Amino acid sequence: MAETFAYSFRATEQTARSCISAVMEWLRGIDLPAERAGDVQIALTEAVNNIVEHAYADTLGGEISIQCDLSPKILKIRIVDTGPPLPDDELPAGLPADISGPLETLPEGGFGWHLIRELTSRLHYERQLDRNLLSLFFEMPAKPIG
Amino acid sequence: MSLTSTEADGAQIVTVNADRIDAAMAIQFKEDMRSETESGPDRVILDLSLVQFIDSSGLGAIVAAMKQLGRDRRLDLAGPTPMVEKVFRLTRMDTIFTLYDSLNDAVGANKT
Repeated sequence: MAETFAYSFRATEQTARSCISAVMEWLRGIDLPAERAGDVQIALTEAVNNIVEHAYADTLGGEISIQCDLSPKILKIRIVDTGPPLPDDELPAGLPADISGPLETLPEGGFGWHLIRELTSRLHYERQLDRNLLSLFFEMPAKPIG
Repeated sequence: MSLTSTEADGAQIVTVNADRIDAAMAIQFKEDMRSETESGPDRVILDLSLVQFIDSSGLGAIVAAMKQLGRDRRLDLAGPTPMVEKVFRLTRMDTIFTLYDSLNDAVGANKT
């Protein structure tokens, strides 16, 4: 049986935090191991931050909707916003930030998509009319039988 | 953002008294680190043992704090919790910073 959880909010850094707390609270109720829950928290935070900082950079309080669907093997989190599309209508490659240079040139950002790609099992993005649909998939650890 | 600062064995210890360093507080953290470490020992140890969660903005702010110290001073990290450790590892920032399991380990490493 699938369990679901949905949450919509007008995006700011503060409301984003409340949304993620609400999702984490829901996840606690489904008995997810702490490490996997941590992965979800980091990836979801990065995805929502991207929307707040980029898609809605020029929009005060654009709406973000989050829908979580849990099946026995996979947790799917779909995030919808009405900001401009991702560049070239594509998911960024999410290469690791270049940290090879001297101290002065170390990156202070550009870590987000790399973290999302590392922490999710799969990602899906599509532009649908005026909306961005980003889905994060997390495989669930196998539960012991019995 | 709440930072407190003490000195031990010639190092400045800055403790983050918050359970997260995220996008909503990254700028404040960077500014507070600047004022806390404006002068003082060459070695600064950032005690992260209370920080349960960090995102890429928080990570960027810690990198910025290290850059603010300049080349003649260093920023070491102590007591990262599992999620903080994971973010540093996945971004390979664990190769840039020295991470000590605990504040004791970090302070002890100074006595060479």
